[in-house]
Amino acid sequence: MSVWNKHAIFEKNSIILIAGILVVVAIGGLVEIAPLFYLKNTIETVEGMRPYTPLELAGRNIYVREGCYNCHSQMIRPMRDEVERYGHYSLAAESMYDKPFQWGSKRIGPDLARVGSKYSDDWHVEHLKDPRAVVPTSIMPAYAFLFATPLDYRHIESDMKVQSVSGVPYTPEMIAHAKADVQIQAAADDPDAPKLQARYPKAVARNYTGNRTGEVSEGDALVAYLQMLGTLVDFKKYDGKANVR
Amino acid sequence: MASAGTFPTAPGKRMTTGEGGTAVALGLLALLSIIIASGAHTAAYAFHAYLFAAASVAGVFAVINRYYERPAELPPQEIAGKPNYNFGPVKFAVTASMLWGIAGFLIGCIIAFQLAYPVVNLDIAQIAFGRLRPLHTSAVIFAFGGNVLIASSFYVVQRTCRARLAGDVAPWFVVLGYNFFIVVAGTGYLLGITQGKEYAEPEWYADLFLTVVWVAYLLVFLGTIWKRKEPHIFVANWFYLAFIVTIAMLHIVNNAAIPVSIFSPKSYIVWAGVQDAMVQWWYGHNAVGFFLTAGFLAIMYYFIPKRAERPVYSYRLSIIHFWALIFLYIWAGPHHLHYTALPDWAQTLGMVFSIMLWMPSWGGMINGLLTLQGAWDKLRTDPVLRLMVVSLAFYGMSTFEGPMMSIKAVNGLSHYTDWTIGHVHSGALGWVAYVSFGAIYCLVPWLWNRERLYSLRLVSWHFWVSTLGIVLYISAMWVAGIMQGLMWRAYNALGFLEYSFIESIDATHPLYVIRALGGVLFLLGSLIMAFNLYMTVRSPSTAAEPRAAGALVPAE
Repeated sequence: MSVWNKHAIFEKNSIILIAGILVVVAIGGLVEIAPLFYLKNTIETVEGMRPYTPLELAGRNIYVREGCYNCHSQMIRPMRDEVERYGHYSLAAESMYDKPFQWGSKRIGPDLARVGSKYSDDWHVEHLKDPRAVVPTSIMPAYAFLFATPLDYRHIESDMKVQSVSGVPYTPEMIAHAKADVQIQAAADDPDAPKLQARYPKAVARNYTGNRTGEVSEGDALVAYLQMLGTLVDFKKYDGKANVR
Repeated sequence: MASAGTFPTAPGKRMTTGEGGTAVALGLLALLSIIIASGAHTAAYAFHAYLFAAASVAGVFAVINRYYERPAELPPQEIAGKPNYNFGPVKFAVTASMLWGIAGFLIGCIIAFQLAYPVVNLDIAQIAFGRLRPLHTSAVIFAFGGNVLIASSFYVVQRTCRARLAGDVAPWFVVLGYNFFIVVAGTGYLLGITQGKEYAEPEWYADLFLTVVWVAYLLVFLGTIWKRKEPHIFVANWFYLAFIVTIAMLHIVNNAAIPVSIFSPKSYIVWAGVQDAMVQWWYGHNAVGFFLTAGFLAIMYYFIPKRAERPVYSYRLSIIHFWALIFLYIWAGPHHLHYTALPDWAQTLGMVFSIMLWMPSWGGMINGLLTLQGAWDKLRTDPVLRLMVVSLAFYGMSTFEGPMMSIKAVNGLSHYTDWTIGHVHSGALGWVAYVSFGAIYCLVPWLWNRERLYSLRLVSWHFWVSTLGIVLYISAMWVAGIMQGLMWRAYNALGFLEYSFIESIDATHPLYVIRALGGVLFLLGSLIMAFNLYMTVRSPSTAAEPRAAGALVPAE
C-alpha cells in the first residue's frame, strides 16, 4: 500500500521523529531571520544614530522595567494618518541599538517613537506624576514614585560593557566616563556638557525635572530618555533612497 | 522533614543516582544562591536568590526524606502484568493548573478594570498595569496552560505507551521546578524584573533554570516513549514532542542574553532592533503555534476520542495535519510586524504562510469534530464533551480570523488596536481554556479514582456562564478595535485628522467595561469548576488507592 505506510518510520522511531520535527521547524526561521543580518536595508547606519547616553540608557531601562511597552508602541508605520499624527515613519536604523527593541504591539496609549521634544520637560513631569492632571480622561497609571526614587547607576558602566560585547559601539572612553556623564546630563549648565556632547552628539544636558537636591532621580532618567526618542535622525538631510538597491 | 524514627533503613536499600544527583545539584544551587544573595545589586534580586536557596534546601530535604521513607525497592514498572502508572506528578500539575488558572483569570479581570477605571492602579508601582499585564499573560499561558500541558502529556504518554513514567525523581523535578519557575517569573514582574520582551519577560537566571527543567521534561517524556509496549507512537505524542522540542529552540534563541553581572538581575539581549523584533515574533507567534496550539491539539487527539468513545476520524488527515501545521506555523511570525521597519519581503512571507496556515488548522479541527461521527447525541448528555467540541468551534473561528488579520490591508487597520486582544482571547478562552477544562474534567475522576464528576449540572453552568463571558469579551473587543482603527485614520472634510488620540480612548470606555464584565463571568465559571472538582475529589473513591491523595507532597 501506498506512501502512507512510509510514515511508519516516524511513528516507530522517536529519534527520527524528533529529527524530522527539527528540520521542518527550522526552515521558516532560517529563511526569515538569517538574511536580516546582512541585507543592506536592515543593517545600514543612518547619519545621526548613536548609542544612548548613560542617563538615557538608565531611563530606557526604567521604561522597560515599568512595562511601558505594554501600552505604547515605538514604531510609526508609513501611513498618511500615522505620519501626520506621530511624525516620519520609523526606520530600522533608529532602533539599531535597542536591546531589547520596544516597538510594542498595542496602542492603549499613543505611539512614542518621536515623542522627544514634542512636549516640555514640565509637561512630562506633571503627566508622569498625575496623568489626569494634564489629560483629564487619560487611563495611564501614575508614576509619581519615580521622582522620589534616586537613580541607581552604580553599575551603569557594566551595562554599557555588556552592550558593547554584543555590538553597541560604546568606546572605552564612554565607559570610563559613564557615571560622570549621568551627572553632567542631569544637571543644568554643567561645564563639562560639551565633552558629553562630543561623546554623544545631540545629547541634551539639563535639569530635566527641576529637582533642587542635585540627586539624579529615576524620573530624570526617564524624562531624558523620552525627550530624545526619535530626535537623532535629521529628516531634512535623510536620503530615503540611499538604502534602496 | 526526615525524622529519626525512619532509621534504620532496610538492608540492601541504596540511594539511586537520580536521588543522589538531585540532592547534590540542589545543594550546590543553594550554595550558589546564597553567594549571589550576599552580593546582589538589588534587593529584589537578593529576594529571588534567597527564594532559590530556600527552594533548593527544601528540595534536598524532600529528596532525602523520601529516600528514608520509601521501601528498598523502587516502585515496580508493572503490577500483575499491568503498567504501574505514576500519577503523582500528574495530580500535582492538574491541581496547580486550576489554582494558577483562577489566579491568572483574576489578574486579567483586575487589569481589565484598570483600563476601564485607572484608579484601580491604586498608585502602587508593583500593581500598575505595565507590571500586572505580563503577570496576567504569563499566569494564563505558562502557569495555567503549561501545567495543563505537563499534566496531560505525562498522563497521555503513560496511557498510550502503556508504560510507567520514566525516571523516579525526574518527573517531580519537572513539575515542581516548572512551578517554581512560575513563582520566580511572576514575583519578578511585580518587583520590576523583566526583559521587556512580550511573553518572554523572565530574566536570564529564570530562563536558565527553565531550560534545565525543560530538558528534564523532554527526557522524561522521551524516556517513557522508549519504554512503550506499542510499536507505533500515538498521534497525540507527536504533537507533544513537537511542542516540547520547538519551545526549547524558540526559548533559547529568543532569550539569548548577556547578564550585566551574576549579581545583577539585568541582562541585555544579544539581538537588537529589527533583528530582535523578528526573533521576538518568530518566538512570540510560535509560542501561540506550539505552546497554545500543538500541545493542546495533542489534548484534542487523546481526550476527544476517549470521551466520545470513537476512534480519531482520519489517520491520514492527522499525518497531514501534523507536518503541515508545524512547517507552516514557524513562518507566520512577521505578520506581527506588518508595515514596520522589517523588510517587505519578510512581511509578505509572513502573510502568505499565515493564510496557508488556515488549511492545516481547519484540517485539524475537522479531524477532531468528525471524530464525533455517530456520537453526536452525547453532546446532549455530556457537558464535558460539549466544552471540548465548542473549543474546536472557537479554534476554527480564531484560526480563520488570524489569517484574515494577517492580510496586510486588514492588519493596517487592526494592528495596535483591541481587535488583536479580542482575537487572542477568542483563541485563548474559547479554544485553549475550554479544551483544557474538558481535559481536566476528564482527568480528575480518572486520577483520583472517582466514578464520576460531583455534578454535571455544574459543568453545564460553568459552560454557559463562561461562554456568555467570552461572547461579551470578544464582541466588545471587535467593536473597540475596529472603532479605534477607523478613528485613528479618520479625516475631516478639510483634510485634517478628525480625532485626537484621547478621543479614541474615551470612546472605548464602555467597551472596556463590557470586556471586564465578560472576564468576570469567565472567572466565575472557573470558580464553579474548582468547586465541582473539589467536591469530586472529596467524594468516596471507587477503587482502593495506594495512598491518600496528598497531591502537594513529592511521594509516589
